Amino acid sequence: MQKKTLGRALAGAVAASLALSVVSLNGTAASAAPKKLVGIAFDLGGKEQPGFNQLAYIGFKAFLKTHPGWAEKDLQGNAADTDASRAQRLKLLIAAGANPVVVVGYSYENALKAVAKANPKVKFAIVDDNIAGAKNVEGLLFKAEQGSYLVGAAAALSSKSKSVGFIGGVNIPLIQAFEAGFKAGVAKIDPTIKYQSAYASNPPDFSGFNAPDKGHESALGMFQNGADVVYSAAGSTGQGAHKAAFEQKKWSIGVDADEALYASNAPYKTAILTSALKNVDVGVASFLSDVVANKFTPDAHLFDAANGGVGFTTTGGYLSADIVAKVKALQKQIASGAIVVPTDPKTVTLPQG
Amino acid sequence: MNKKLSKLFWALIAPIAAILFSLIFVSIILMIKGAAPLSTFQLILSYGAESENIIAELNQTIAYYLAGVAAAIGFRMLLFNIGIDGQYRLAIFIAAVVGGATNLPTFLELPLIILTGVVVGALWASIAGYLKVKRNISEVISNIMLNTIASGLIIYLLQPSRLGLKGKNSDNLATPMIPKSGWMPSIHILGGELYSFAFVAIGVGVLYWVVLNKSVFGFNLRATGMSFRAARASGVNAPRMIFITMALSGAIAGLTGMGELLSSTHTYSLAFPTGYALTGLALALLGRNNPIGIAFAAFFWAFLEQAAPILDLNGIPKEIVMMMQGSIILSTVASYEIVKRITRRQQQRLVGAVDAPQVVTEAKGDKA
Repeated sequence: MQKKTLGRALAGAVAASLALSVVSLNGTAASAAPKKLVGIAFDLGGKEQPGFNQLAYIGFKAFLKTHPGWAEKDLQGNAADTDASRAQRLKLLIAAGANPVVVVGYSYENALKAVAKANPKVKFAIVDDNIAGAKNVEGLLFKAEQGSYLVGAAAALSSKSKSVGFIGGVNIPLIQAFEAGFKAGVAKIDPTIKYQSAYASNPPDFSGFNAPDKGHESALGMFQNGADVVYSAAGSTGQGAHKAAFEQKKWSIGVDADEALYASNAPYKTAILTSALKNVDVGVASFLSDVVANKFTPDAHLFDAANGGVGFTTTGGYLSADIVAKVKALQKQIASGAIVVPTDPKTVTLPQG
Repeated sequence: MNKKLSKLFWALIAPIAAILFSLIFVSIILMIKGAAPLSTFQLILSYGAESENIIAELNQTIAYYLAGVAAAIGFRMLLFNIGIDGQYRLAIFIAAVVGGATNLPTFLELPLIILTGVVVGALWASIAGYLKVKRNISEVISNIMLNTIASGLIIYLLQPSRLGLKGKNSDNLATPMIPKSGWMPSIHILGGELYSFAFVAIGVGVLYWVVLNKSVFGFNLRATGMSFRAARASGVNAPRMIFITMALSGAIAGLTGMGELLSSTHTYSLAFPTGYALTGLALALLGRNNPIGIAFAAFFWAFLEQAAPILDLNGIPKEIVMMMQGSIILSTVASYEIVKRITRRQQQRLVGAVDAPQVVTEAKGDKA
């Protein structure tokens, strides 16, 4: 009796799965490779999250405007990634016909080294890294600390309570450079300004780049502790800081792109004092255009204050003309090399807030 | 013989039913998303069976398998070792540091690195074991906290001013490279490079089975897992068993990722893979704590994950892979429970048929 009902159930299951199979005979097998295809390998987070992944994608979109007819395929990384699985991703993009290929993030370094060597005809760009000696890889390096220095100066000039804060996404050197620049910019204006700092997570936990609740909490704590300007270099975590600033009628500073223009930040845009630009999109678009125009050059390409690769924004007009002039003067000094911005936050000292 | 066959039938029916259920579930989701189920499964199968991909899957299987065995050791004692992640990362990190700081002949260097991983994993896990035994703190809570502490400890030590190195144009942090004497050769096979650490993983599986099933220690472990009080009453030092089991689970966790370290990266960096704890626990569940079952489960997992990017590339949501994994775990647990109830009822009926008269007399005796 038991067996009979079970057998009937099994037969039903088999029949059901057969029926499903019949429905689905037309295939989605790998199609023939189109010719004008850009491949993008994203790091953790992907193109949906604000940050360098999304900016790389925006860079492609900008390229598309001047070069219609190109298509894009992208694949995204995950936490369990090994060098082998990252290399697999790059190989798949190449096999799909992608050339050039944009690789986002330093974690791809080892994988790209091997894949670039095995595919000399494919042109690559890697964001935030460089592969010395590779003839077909362009390293897109950003002096993020310089942009952070400028907003640090703007924060110091705007702070009435003489107290500022920094929120980092994940405690890694990449983000520490943002903090170092910000701190140095503050110290340049007034070395007696009080300073607070927090990171949303420690690696390998990269959730700190996507934790608006933590950003809100940290910023709230800093505001209650006397700060009136907080700078977040933390992806969408910064959104929480903007919200806190809006609620507390204090200032928040955005990162990477002009955050006052983000749709998701629209309710809080009146609290966004300025944003530190790190123009990954410009870097990616120029790489793609260079490849198409046969002007590709391998090795490190530096994006800094001198060539507009990093900077600050004035959307909303919350920075006074006087402050903008002062910050622009600093920008010139950085561009000329008169000011060298540090990348290690420990080298700058400010009183604890 | 007939009994054996029927036993095998009931043992296999649960996983087969689970996979069937999962395939149907995923097919429905695929059709809702407008993708064709059959060709999607074909794509996963044909891509996963390409020789180079099989090697990549096997390499991934090694790590998953060890995480699975580490979890299974805990499960046998009803311990939920969610600390595998912290244990393995700290173990691999310290092992990489030790390997990078020494340059002994290979026959000493390799065992040194591997043993360092085992010892660090065991020590880190035994903190949770100690807290459980002495302070009655749930190993789940303490292990989650220990995972976070391990992350903090590693990033503190990985700073360039301490044990780590930072490349000139890179934002990655890494331990110094392990010298060539500490590299484990890979096996060239099927156009890929199979980590020879696979043999260590197989050895661990054999050892796990022998110790658990053929030793007094294993008997005590299983007994304590089944009933803490009964084991204690029959003279087993149950708290000690809990402590040792936790440490053993951590020791095996310390081997997770060792193949990657010794045969591929030769350094621990910010780009090292993470998240093995949950995978290990899922695989132990799926493999029914059985060393061969876990091996199949681990390969199956790696096989599915390998296919994720090819799905993505063909416009099929790669999250399908996660759904398949999730539904397989759920339906496995459910179908084993169903099979257990069916077989139990069968046994009861059998026993009832034989012993019925006695039961009746006993019942009468009770009344009297």
